[in-house]
Amino acid sequence: MATVDDPRVVEFDVRTDEMLVNMGPQHPSTHGVLRLVLRTDGEIVSEVTPHIGYLHRCAEKIGENLTPRQWIPYTDRMDYLAGMNMNLGWSMCVEKLLEHQLPEKGRHLRVIIAELGRIASHLVGMGAYGLDLGTFSPFLYAFREREKILDLFEEACGARLTYSYLTPGGATADLPKGWLQKCEEFLTGLEPIITEYHTLLTSNAIFIKRTCNIGILSPEMAIDYGCTGPVLRGSGVDYDLRRDGEEYYTSMYDGYAFEVICERDGHYPKDHDYPPVPSDAVLGDCWHRFYVRMLEVMQAIDLCRQAMDRYSTSEGSWGEPIKLAQKLPPGEVYLETEAPRGQMGFYMVSDGSSIPWRVRARSSCFCNLSVSHEICRGAPIADIPAVVGSLDIVMGEIDR
Amino acid sequence: MSGEDFLTRIQGKFGNGVVSTNLDVIDPWIVVTSDALPDVCRYLRDEPDLQFNMLNCITAVDYFEPDEKKAAKVKWGEPRIEVVYHFSSISKKHTIVLKVNLPRWKDDQEGKLPELPSVSGIYSTADWHEREVYDLSGVFFTDHPNLIRILCPEDWVGYPLRKDYEMPLEYHGIRGK
Repeated sequence: MATVDDPRVVEFDVRTDEMLVNMGPQHPSTHGVLRLVLRTDGEIVSEVTPHIGYLHRCAEKIGENLTPRQWIPYTDRMDYLAGMNMNLGWSMCVEKLLEHQLPEKGRHLRVIIAELGRIASHLVGMGAYGLDLGTFSPFLYAFREREKILDLFEEACGARLTYSYLTPGGATADLPKGWLQKCEEFLTGLEPIITEYHTLLTSNAIFIKRTCNIGILSPEMAIDYGCTGPVLRGSGVDYDLRRDGEEYYTSMYDGYAFEVICERDGHYPKDHDYPPVPSDAVLGDCWHRFYVRMLEVMQAIDLCRQAMDRYSTSEGSWGEPIKLAQKLPPGEVYLETEAPRGQMGFYMVSDGSSIPWRVRARSSCFCNLSVSHEICRGAPIADIPAVVGSLDIVMGEIDR
Repeated sequence: MSGEDFLTRIQGKFGNGVVSTNLDVIDPWIVVTSDALPDVCRYLRDEPDLQFNMLNCITAVDYFEPDEKKAAKVKWGEPRIEVVYHFSSISKKHTIVLKVNLPRWKDDQEGKLPELPSVSGIYSTADWHEREVYDLSGVFFTDHPNLIRILCPEDWVGYPLRKDYEMPLEYHGIRGK
């Protein structure tokens, strides 16, 4: 009979087993109803399997039964944190098929709205990321500022979350009188507050410890998995559809001065004051993805200012919407726009009637999330919310 | 590179793999056979002056009109499933559209899914996108590592984006209509 001193017995007693841990679908740090099944060996995660589809509404099928303008409200509900940018993506896709030329004033109006939407979305992304890591206050700070953007949007279109403001042809209405002043006041107020956010999170010692050097995504892998937006640029890939996209989309930003936010030769563009990159950070880790988002807020403020100048000096119409049941020419188009979370693509096939034969939404978060099993492998369980949170996903867009 | 030059190259390389092309539309496309698809994809990705390193989107379009009266008037010809691949290049900043035509059902037997080789080994994006196409449009991707439903529940019946799909009346006690 073996005794306790026998090393085989001791080894047998302390053996570890793999365990399946279910995270979600209601885990607060999963940004909606995402379920992650983790295969863990002790504290270390060896495999992550995301299960999605809890918010699936088959918006594409609905789109086959509605005219493009009627489908606009459904695009709001995809990425509900950046409804304006979703509206924009679909509107431009329809306009590309119609070969519609937007009036100059409408173009600048869209830039103002799209960049404000980007700020609002990145603020939530920042606040929610703080929540993921266990700090509550940045979330409240972020929502305080976002609230002001929602007020501006409410004044422009009457809605605070699902706007349906930008539609094929232009927008449902022009900006009201005095709106630009309010917007400028808001931007002036926001700029110094960004420094506060940097103190709260970006340069916070705990935040740096929690986010640096985890979830490293190499540029090759990011491209292979179709990651886009801040996730791609956080890995140091210099690619932004506002500059590199199709001409139909980039012409919206014609004449605007901006530099794509990403690390080049170890440096980020030197436009603004912001905290330096900590020595622990590795290109492509969670901290860099977060940082790109924060810098994009600064950039969006700048773009918004440029757009307001141009908008206020341009004459003519803001772009009347097309008819509710406008006949579409037969054909098919695909257009991607740079939404806050990445490249949002819409594909439409028309058979010549006013209702598209097929619509398709290419979701940016869908591709960004698909890389999660690669970047979570080998991380402790406690890092999983930090890694998945850094992808800044919105389940409404993934499940459509 | 202009459309014609590029096309001649592809045709020279793959011969019968290229079925037809349309360069006069807004987004020009090339139709390839399902057998040639993986090779064409690998070629597009690896060729130094093409470098289509990103697969943006995979879509399946069901060309089928369930209404017999309307079906007589359709302009697209025979019923079929068209799988559309959108590629782009990050370094070269150009795009391309590939299409593959498939029968709606394999061997014309309803319920047998049409088959297409998977490109998930070439582009990792294709993994989830092919699962979505399988889930919603009913296209079976051979050699896919994990072809299961992704958006609908695993026990869902039917392929919602098929034009003849009918909403189930009941799902686990939940009323459908």
